[in-house]
Amino acid sequence: MTKTIEQIYEEAVKEIKSATDSESIKALSIRYLGRKGIITHFLRNISNLPLEKRPEVGKRANEVKKSLDKAFKQALKRLETKSLQKDYRIDVSLPGRTIQQGSLHPITQITWQICEILEKIGFDIAEGPEVETDHYNFEALNIPKNHPARDMQDTFYVSDNIVLRTHTSSIQVRIMEKLTPPVRIIAPGKVYRCDSDLTHTPMFHQVEGLMVDEGLSFGDLKGILTTFIHHIFDKKTALRFRPSFFPFTEPSAEIDILCVMCRGKGCRVCSHTGWLEIIGAGMVHPAVFENVGYDTTRYTGLAFGMGVERIAMLKYGIDDIRKFFENDLRFLRQF
Amino acid sequence: MKVSLSWLNDYIPIDKESYSSIADSLTMVGLEVDSVTDRYDYLDSVVVGRIVNIKAHPNAEKLKICDVDIGSRVIRVVCGAPNIYEDMVASVALPGTRFPEGSVLEKGRIRNELSEGMLCSEAELGLGSDCSGVMVLDQKQLIGNKLAKTLELSDMVFEIDLTPNRPDCLSIIGIAREIAALQQTTIKYPETSLSDSGDKISDFTSITIKAPDLCPRYSARLVFDINIAPSPFWLQDRLMSVGLRPINNIVDITNFVLMETGQPLHAFDFDRLSDHRIVVRQAKKGETFITLDKKEHLLTPDMLMICDGEKPVALAGIMGGHNSEVTESTTGVLIESAYFTPVGIRKTSKKLGISSESSHRFERGVDPEGIITALNRAAQLMSELDGSNLIEGIIDKYSKINNAEPITLNIGHTNRLLGTGFDQDEIENLLKSIEFNVKKTGNDELAVVPPSFRVDIARSVDLMEEIARLSGYNNIPTTYPLIPAEARQPEKQLRLRNWLKKIMTGFGFNETINYSFINRLYCDSLRLESADQRRNMVDILNPLTEEQAVMRTSLIPGLLETIHRNIAQQTKSLRLFEVGKIYIGREKDNLPEEIEMLAGIWTGSRTNASWYSKESGCDFFDIKGVVEGLLNRVKIDRIKFTCMPDNSCTYTRPGHTAQILQEKKLIGLAGEIHPQVLRNFDLKQAAFIFELDLKAMSDLIPETIRSKPIPKFPSISRDITIIIDKDLESSKPLETIRKSGDELIENLYLLDVFEGNTIPQNKKSISLRITYRSKHKTLEDEEVNYTHKNITDRLLKEFDALLPT
Repeated sequence: MTKTIEQIYEEAVKEIKSATDSESIKALSIRYLGRKGIITHFLRNISNLPLEKRPEVGKRANEVKKSLDKAFKQALKRLETKSLQKDYRIDVSLPGRTIQQGSLHPITQITWQICEILEKIGFDIAEGPEVETDHYNFEALNIPKNHPARDMQDTFYVSDNIVLRTHTSSIQVRIMEKLTPPVRIIAPGKVYRCDSDLTHTPMFHQVEGLMVDEGLSFGDLKGILTTFIHHIFDKKTALRFRPSFFPFTEPSAEIDILCVMCRGKGCRVCSHTGWLEIIGAGMVHPAVFENVGYDTTRYTGLAFGMGVERIAMLKYGIDDIRKFFENDLRFLRQF
Repeated sequence: MKVSLSWLNDYIPIDKESYSSIADSLTMVGLEVDSVTDRYDYLDSVVVGRIVNIKAHPNAEKLKICDVDIGSRVIRVVCGAPNIYEDMVASVALPGTRFPEGSVLEKGRIRNELSEGMLCSEAELGLGSDCSGVMVLDQKQLIGNKLAKTLELSDMVFEIDLTPNRPDCLSIIGIAREIAALQQTTIKYPETSLSDSGDKISDFTSITIKAPDLCPRYSARLVFDINIAPSPFWLQDRLMSVGLRPINNIVDITNFVLMETGQPLHAFDFDRLSDHRIVVRQAKKGETFITLDKKEHLLTPDMLMICDGEKPVALAGIMGGHNSEVTESTTGVLIESAYFTPVGIRKTSKKLGISSESSHRFERGVDPEGIITALNRAAQLMSELDGSNLIEGIIDKYSKINNAEPITLNIGHTNRLLGTGFDQDEIENLLKSIEFNVKKTGNDELAVVPPSFRVDIARSVDLMEEIARLSGYNNIPTTYPLIPAEARQPEKQLRLRNWLKKIMTGFGFNETINYSFINRLYCDSLRLESADQRRNMVDILNPLTEEQAVMRTSLIPGLLETIHRNIAQQTKSLRLFEVGKIYIGREKDNLPEEIEMLAGIWTGSRTNASWYSKESGCDFFDIKGVVEGLLNRVKIDRIKFTCMPDNSCTYTRPGHTAQILQEKKLIGLAGEIHPQVLRNFDLKQAAFIFELDLKAMSDLIPETIRSKPIPKFPSISRDITIIIDKDLESSKPLETIRKSGDELIENLYLLDVFEGNTIPQNKKSISLRITYRSKHKTLEDEEVNYTHKNITDRLLKEFDALLPT
């Protein structure tokens, strides 16, 4: 036993006083009070003292231990208070080490939004080939060769019987050949038409919907599409259904929304009509059901299709469809 | 299709003021009005002026220089009209005016004298036929007012975007019929006072149909002693109101009747028809024909020709021939009114690349019962021309086209399909309003015969659409189907695709979508070997440009093009990805294989210059790290990156490319773009890419996740440094340790690689950190030391390695 407890105590107090940061206090605390610390060691060795001295020294050693413990805590507090003072502050206006996220393409974002709404309504997603037979893209949809309805879509041909699909409607027959009613599918995907200007690109995206069951009516088609439009735009969006023509639906309809740019007053975006075409739709033509062997007396169906770019352009106020495929980072990062 | 309200007003009363509500209601019955314009808009820069002074033109005897007061100021106008006088009130066109015949007035000098406008005649303004002098206006007219306002000129023109099922509306009368149904008025059809009696026509001509399948009906009349001249103004005015340019009286009449009735007519110069007769037959092989636009066409036997006694004189239903067209010297015409089979017309028109007002209507289907009406209408108008002589009689060769069988319409079915509650009477009235013949055949049924011009109505569902359309789609109650509470999981690959997109954006990558078609030359730009399956491209027969002529067999060209475009815009650091299909061609008539890929590209900096770090460029290990992070997140494990054998990937740099293997299956690659490929894409900075096959990945993703208990006992880490051959892949020692299968090894990674001074040549040192942990207890140092030593010994032995000195 070289040092008395009092000596140890004095030295410790001195060291605590001269410490300038919390790290050294912590180190001191371990040195004195840790598992192998000086005080701990001292206490452990008390048993080597003569019996009569043990109680007194032991008592004193425990007092010292307590008192040092307190001194360490106080010292820590004191240093913490000091570190919170002005000299120890950082410049929080310096830029952070940003973790930069990338962006999803606006077409992906809108496609997801469209699908999410329709999946909630009860549709499942289906997909099919983009290079498609004339049969699935046209013939089976009641668009025979040499029919003027073929002029409605400028088609890219790969051979006499193979085309780049001009609409995602080509999924309809593929799905109906596989499933028996009820059928409830949506088909998002790329489609192709040979056309290129401010509002047309040779490749664009559509989402097709098809529902076949007993007892579906044109009123139901209106219901589903009204719900859809109120969700993809907003509940206040005025819409109208007007007659149109698609060879694979009868009756056929075009759904217009009140122009989101001018609110119906007439502007360049809506060609001064106040309305914007947004969805083509209709009740599935019995000829299509006959092509897949569905019982036309039992089942009716509703179908609809929409252009993703068009909805994205309206929602984001994009005036040139080609921007979607130029992939300029300054454009992409906006979404 | 253009219709003017003034022309419509000939058949139904039109309230000019309510044009916009007429347009709206047409749109709402399915005839979409694209635009509404005033046909007199071109008069916008024509004003009322007063001639205040006239003096002679110094350089031209017949010209005068006029000072004309146009209200706001006095302008100088050079004029050659004989009828001008001082104080005359006249119409003045100002620069910018586009005249009906097409020219645009510009400010300029006439014989060296400034002219700031033009004093116009009636004819020049398209307001009459008088071209003898300046159009004189009433003295009381307010100077400076716009001419259109002064004369109350206004005529709204609808541009209607017709769907291909409604050829009956490709005429003014067709549109008038729809408006009549909407307004519940009756249409007044034009009357002809011709009698069909008499047969003098047979003395002059005959008609033979040799191809009744393609031409079921052909009728004709003859008009002689014609004097070819400009049409009367009312006729010209009608044509101009829908944007057609008047030509001469005969051509104008055929165009007028075409627009009025929708039935295309053709007038042949009778004297130029050999044998003065008509033969309708298919073309002979190798036959050629010059259409009236003077283009020569090679014919094939499926094409229908109108011929005279010896040769073709018209491409049936599409365009007349140069050899028989009406000219200034024509005195007699044969008027053709016929029905040609739609498919035949369409095939020929497509094949020859000719589309005309006629072919447009024939290929959609004209009214087979409207042929004589149209013929008579034209004959009547021609007979009213000065001196002309209509030959009595008509030739009508007609093999019946189709017997209109009544269509049975069930009221209950109709209401069920539409979701409506119409009764039998309501439906009957709706259909009658558009001239359908309707009979009640039971309590719940109607027998309906559509009029002959409604060629689109074939089955009961077509009638249901008519009912819905006429009653108004917006009046059909909106309902909601009952849908059972079922849900299906989306396809695995679809879920993976969406997941990957989210992860990639989380990694700081921006999603791009590039065109699926590319330039065929990109095969060479990527240096693909001749046997590479990516050279089996799907060709597009009718591409828009060579840049988009084949379907892509790789996502890389699109990404390289995209970074090139961005770098040109000074965005030089890019992290981009795309998820999309590639298309590998198979034998002809088979659909190509469509493979969904994920590709990413990183070029430019890893970190930007900032207050806490210097700018640093990205490298191979950045892109590899992305792939590792990605695969780790989607829980595809046991992944190996091994060096891509040289020449296996031609577009990446040898020795800087890894193939990505799961077990022994190749699922993708990561590497640096080959310098030659960079040059081919005009890129000057290194770029690093990866490609992954989505189908292969989706097969490797575990179906379910089972959670594991979190370790209860502490772990111990030990490092190990060994010196191995420089060429040895660093992953090899790690594999050895993993394979040892010691269950105490929890984690293992490469801490450091070092080559240099203290290490012998052709050697490198690698440091590994191993974390040991037991599932059952707190490990003692001795146990760990024992295992660690075993591992170290194994490495030293297996790789002939050394410990650092």
